[in-house]
Amino acid sequence: MIEVVSDTRCILCNKCVQVCPMNVFAAVKDAPPIIARQEDCQTCFMCELYCPADALYVAPDVEQITHVNEHAVQANGLLGSFRGVGWAIADGADSPMDQSFRLTSRG
Amino acid sequence: MSTSRQWQTFNSASAGFLRDADVLVIGGGPAGAWAACSAAAKGARVVLVDKGCCGTSGATASAGTGVWYVAPEPAKRLAAMESREKLGGYLQDRAWMARVLDRTFESVNLLAEWGYPFPQDDDGELRRNNLRGPDYMKLMRRQVRKAGVAILDHSPALELLVDEDGAVAGARGLRRQQGDTWAMRAKAVVIATGGCAFLSGGLGCNVLTGDGYLMAAEVGAVLSGMEFSNAYAISPAFSSVTKTLFYGWATFTYEDGSPIPGAGSHGGRSAIARTLLTQPVYCQIDKADAATQALMRVSQPNFFVPLDRAGIDPFRQRFPVTLRLEGTVRGTGGLHLTDETCATGVPGLYAAGDAATRQLICGGFTGGGSHNAAWAMSSGFWAGAGAADYARQSTRASRRHFQAPAGVALNDNGAAEFDPAGITRAVQNEVLPYDKNYFRTEGGLSGSLAKLDSLWAVVRGAGQSAVERVVKAREAAAMLATSRWMYRSALVRTETRGMHKRDDFPELDHRQRFYLISGGLDDVHVWARPAAHHPVLENAA
Ligand SMILES: Cc1cc2nc3c(=O)[nH]c(=O)nc-3n(C[C@H](O)[C@H](O)[C@H](O)COP(=O)(O)OP(=O)(O)OC[C@H]3O[C@@H](n4cnc5c(N)ncnc54)[C@H](O)[C@@H]3O)c2cc1C
Ligand code: SF4
Ligand code: SF4
Repeated sequence: MIEVVSDTRCILCNKCVQVCPMNVFAAVKDAPPIIARQEDCQTCFMCELYCPADALYVAPDVEQITHVNEHAVQANGLLGSFRGVGWAIADGADSPMDQSFRLTSRG
Repeated sequence: MSTSRQWQTFNSASAGFLRDADVLVIGGGPAGAWAACSAAAKGARVVLVDKGCCGTSGATASAGTGVWYVAPEPAKRLAAMESREKLGGYLQDRAWMARVLDRTFESVNLLAEWGYPFPQDDDGELRRNNLRGPDYMKLMRRQVRKAGVAILDHSPALELLVDEDGAVAGARGLRRQQGDTWAMRAKAVVIATGGCAFLSGGLGCNVLTGDGYLMAAEVGAVLSGMEFSNAYAISPAFSSVTKTLFYGWATFTYEDGSPIPGAGSHGGRSAIARTLLTQPVYCQIDKADAATQALMRVSQPNFFVPLDRAGIDPFRQRFPVTLRLEGTVRGTGGLHLTDETCATGVPGLYAAGDAATRQLICGGFTGGGSHNAAWAMSSGFWAGAGAADYARQSTRASRRHFQAPAGVALNDNGAAEFDPAGITRAVQNEVLPYDKNYFRTEGGLSGSLAKLDSLWAVVRGAGQSAVERVVKAREAAAMLATSRWMYRSALVRTETRGMHKRDDFPELDHRQRFYLISGGLDDVHVWARPAAHHPVLENAA
């Protein structure tokens, strides 16, 4: 589930509020959005992908809140890292990394 | 905070946001996006509403899909059609399969023109059999906007509107980030709300609660193939990521590390489900060599993210897995279609993608995918074009009167509202367990139906939900209605075919090669329709 909105990184663009399919965030005037409905989070990682400031962290557990420490995920480079794992259009890159045709023809 | 008062003002058309369109598309996954583009290409004024956000919402956007993209060479096409017929229980319709193969080929090639970065193989050929969700749906949103379609995000539709003749005349819903309502007059409506996965936490699937089935059934549409609604997908036990391709390289084990006999991703999921009934199941992707592992990582990065974040190396370590119900998302049941424009039989109402039945191309099983994606882009294209043509020919002008069916959770009968969370849990208790839904029996299905029918009586008798709960209330009601079509159909099909497994009828029965149509809300009815002609089966008989 979404667990971290980094106040120090957030640039207040509200992109996460717009893209979250489950409407988990709530916009706050002149402040970072809040996680308003955490229990509705479906752990789809879309907010993290669209956050331009790498300010979000979606913990891998869909069943429960795991009380992730913001400083720890920032220190080990995980904060916002769903971006940059190799998407093309969604990452603003155009490199076709997808090699699944080699796998489906083998497997 | 808004109150239920605001909701009641709907009928006087004083909704916060009122608008006219030729075609209203409900749902902005691939099916809805293609429908919006093809309707707009015919000159229709189109509005697309999504419960979440067109571009990130739905099963495709976060999961990604293999695609049934086959070159137009007769031998290849025939092989593609034949290869899955047995798995699907011979319920496919070859004419529809051929149409979908043609349309998918065209649409995927369009994606390349629009800038989707397909990879090249060693011969320099573009390989177009796979679409990565975030990239594909970001591109589709762009195309929808380019086509001049107005997009309303975070605007779930709650019910359809009909005119005095019962033809569909629009829809109404909520703008949940504004806290007000919308109402839309439209000459035709496309339902592209995806399938129903019962809030089981599969990747991107919690927006998919069968809303479109309920809305359509309330205005008289019927469903088909709802017994094929028990797709279960493998995921790490803690994770939402139900991407399953790489489990083809896995070994499934008991707690003590010994292999579970017969367990596997393809054809061996029953063994996993039976084991999970009594004990945990572990998995390790131990059959992928270093080169394969590297290909896996670059191809489906989202498969690895939850494992990496949990500190698990799936190639070297065992991790617990579970099976999540994806219902009709990777099942094949959905709204029944009456013709090649994807009409539902209710004038002005069309359906596409997982909201519609996919039996025509997959029969009773979708398995390793690619057909669903092909179906979403093809049926979306046809439904959008069909809706636009219908809208153009429609003589029903703006003088039409609206009527709202005022179905469950919307009916202002003065009674207290029901508790959506309680109904949702009660439905989940009947549909998620493997011993009820994966492995079906007459006793199990009847027992569940008795409970589900009495839940429906509660929901039916309840009053209007307050605005702040109405979306969840309609979702709960839609899942409940879906579960009853699904189990009534499953009870009637006294055989094992496709994904529908009856422990009390473990064999396929050749006399039951038919489609089951289901419909009705207070009283659920199921009846059979003949399956399509099959060239080989019928000559052999
Ligand atoms: C993990 C996973 C892997 C998959 N892999 C494959 C594969 O490899 N190949 C394949 O062919 N298929 C695959 N599928 C299936 C495929 O994703 C679906 O068939 C496809 O997404 C269907 O498209 P759709 O547009 O009908 O529905 P979706 O993409 O699910 O979109 C439905 C949209 O409707 C919206 N909506 C719902 N209710 C409402 C409402 N009341 N009002 C307004 N909007 C609403 C939702 O927010 C959503 O945006 C996979 C599915 C999953 C979950
Ligand atoms: S998307 Fe990122 S930067 Fe923008 S508001 Fe959300 S957290 Fe802040
Ligand atoms: S992970 Fe998905 S559901 Fe959860 S907050 Fe992010 S976008 Fe929303």
